[in-house]
Amino acid sequence: MTMIFGVPLMVLTGQMLIGLINGSFYALLSLGLAVIFGLLRVVNFAHGAFYMLGAFTAWMLGQYLGLGFWPSLVIAPLIVGCVGAVVERTMLRHLYELDHLYGLLFTFGLALLLEGSFQHVFGASGKPFSAPEALTGIVRTDFVIVPIYRSWVVVASLLICLGTWALIEKTKIGSYLRAATEDATLVQSFGVNVPLLLTLTYAFGCALAGIAGVLAAPIFQVSPTMGSNLIIIIFAVVVVGGMGSILGAIATGYLLGIVEGLTKVFYPEAANIVIFVLMAVVLLLRPAGLFGKEY
Amino acid sequence: MTTVTRALLASVVCGALAAGAQAEPYRIGVLTDMSGMNYDLSGKGSEVAARMAVEDFGGTLLGEQIEVIVGDHQNKPDVGSTLARRWIDEQNVVAVVDLPTSSVALAVQEITRQSDTALLISTGGSSELTGASCSPSTAQWTWDTYALANGTGRAMTLEGDKTWFFLTVDYTFGNALEADTTAAVEAAGGTVVGSVTHPRETSDFSSYLLQAQGSGADVIALANASGDTMTALKQAEEFGVTALGQDIAGMLLFLTDVHGVGLDIAKNLTLTTAFYWDMNEETRAWSERFAERMDGKMPTMVHAGVYSAVSNYLKAAEKSGQAKSGTQVMDTMRDMDIDDFFNHNAYLRKDGRVVHDMYLVQVKTPEESKGPWDYYKVLRTIPGDEAFRPIEQSACPLLDR
Repeated sequence: MTMIFGVPLMVLTGQMLIGLINGSFYALLSLGLAVIFGLLRVVNFAHGAFYMLGAFTAWMLGQYLGLGFWPSLVIAPLIVGCVGAVVERTMLRHLYELDHLYGLLFTFGLALLLEGSFQHVFGASGKPFSAPEALTGIVRTDFVIVPIYRSWVVVASLLICLGTWALIEKTKIGSYLRAATEDATLVQSFGVNVPLLLTLTYAFGCALAGIAGVLAAPIFQVSPTMGSNLIIIIFAVVVVGGMGSILGAIATGYLLGIVEGLTKVFYPEAANIVIFVLMAVVLLLRPAGLFGKEY
Repeated sequence: MTTVTRALLASVVCGALAAGAQAEPYRIGVLTDMSGMNYDLSGKGSEVAARMAVEDFGGTLLGEQIEVIVGDHQNKPDVGSTLARRWIDEQNVVAVVDLPTSSVALAVQEITRQSDTALLISTGGSSELTGASCSPSTAQWTWDTYALANGTGRAMTLEGDKTWFFLTVDYTFGNALEADTTAAVEAAGGTVVGSVTHPRETSDFSSYLLQAQGSGADVIALANASGDTMTALKQAEEFGVTALGQDIAGMLLFLTDVHGVGLDIAKNLTLTTAFYWDMNEETRAWSERFAERMDGKMPTMVHAGVYSAVSNYLKAAEKSGQAKSGTQVMDTMRDMDIDDFFNHNAYLRKDGRVVHDMYLVQVKTPEESKGPWDYYKVLRTIPGDEAFRPIEQSACPLLDR
């Protein structure tokens, strides 16, 4: 068997691939956070709860309406986006004038509320959710064993991430968005409906979390706490990438996924903390993050 | 001072005196996980089971009311021991019950040992609790890591699963379960080829599963619990573990875990349990009463264990004529035959172990199952003396040697 640094090649490639898969979720989630923070300046602590909501919505669509994975993949994020829009319109909106801390506290409270209610209704064990028939099974080569569904997740999330990036950087609506980030008052005086833009942005960010949730449902147990287990890592990813940087969030998501995967091969005990060690180092050397702009 | 204030003061003083003179009810404290991953397998159901036991006993002990109170220890030893101490010091709690998460159970056992309060452990399962850390006022009622290791580990090794690889959760319970299973596997002629530890509440087992697959072992043993076990089972299916010829051993599986992952994934797993609701008339009768109060959810082995532990505790306390000294109640219980729907001809040992029959069961396939909660078929009854650690092997310092 081929060995690299005393580790069988198969284990190494396997872990890199797994890193890439986890990185896909990190990227999707931190992307939504970065979009929301970039425009609204809200640290959205409810992001993990929206991710959980996406997974549960997909489960409920299947359970109560008999919808399969594919329709759920479209409908569940739309529903989560609508919930996000309602939250922004009715509650979050009133906090923009205040200190950022209030937005953070509000979203944190919202996350606890959502998790608590779901736990009360559905229990802590969570619900089973199967991958679509067409994507079950594994690919087995000499180098690696990987489930087909997971490889598909990598491709799907890459497409979604690049699509979002193009939407924000290359389209007209994206240019409004970026302009509003720089100076909302000026953009509004040009006749752009900035409050609507803010609502749509928050809804979009939440919908991204919802998509991640549906994608995660067949891999992880659909449980009320699935989001809170992940949210801290996602924040570390955003900080390393640079708060508000779209490309930074995507690239860092994949990068940290792979770093974490490799750590599991060479020093498994550190796998849990390697992301945070990296975060500390980046903050020391480049306080604005790897891709962030110094203000 | 006006007459009104004087009258008020007097009534306050009288009220206080009256309250002081009135005897406090005996309280039974269910200390469990009401917010985390053990909520379904223990949590609310344990509270319901304890209340049922008190109601069935008549609601009074030695002429005083019995009250059940519940606390959430959040799976944290410091939270659990603070709560237990406050209950005992301030709220007249005479028995602390349930205790999921062995690390919390071990911490609380130190408190109840000092205060000589009865500790009825149903969910906590480290065999350490009745081993080196044993206490005279403790009864470990339902299961322990030795019994599961011995039941499942031995049976599977004899069936031909000779080489084992462990996925072990990295705290006292996981370590105990791995050590006990290793001993059982080796005694039955198998070998352990490797193990990997993971933190509690891991969401991604893929890298551990890859290592386990790479080891080429006959069986991958999951020495973890509830949420972790369910995630690992689900992802093992995804990585084609059984399809590629390896077996899976869920060393600790509760009925709610099987319910959580579904029969498609859990089918054909062999496991050891202390109780299954659909074994006979008695178990069905009790379980249906339980399910009525739990929105149709059937009890896990630890729910049944909580009921059995509390009702037998009350009998023993009544017989010993007092409830303050947990050790005296337990000594009375040691002389009693423990006999109810949960266990027949069981007895409490000096090290705190309740010895009763265990059951080796197999999870049904979706075709065999007639509906929700119809999950197990019993393969074999393991007699208590074979299921649990022989007293000669116990490291409990209370045993005279």
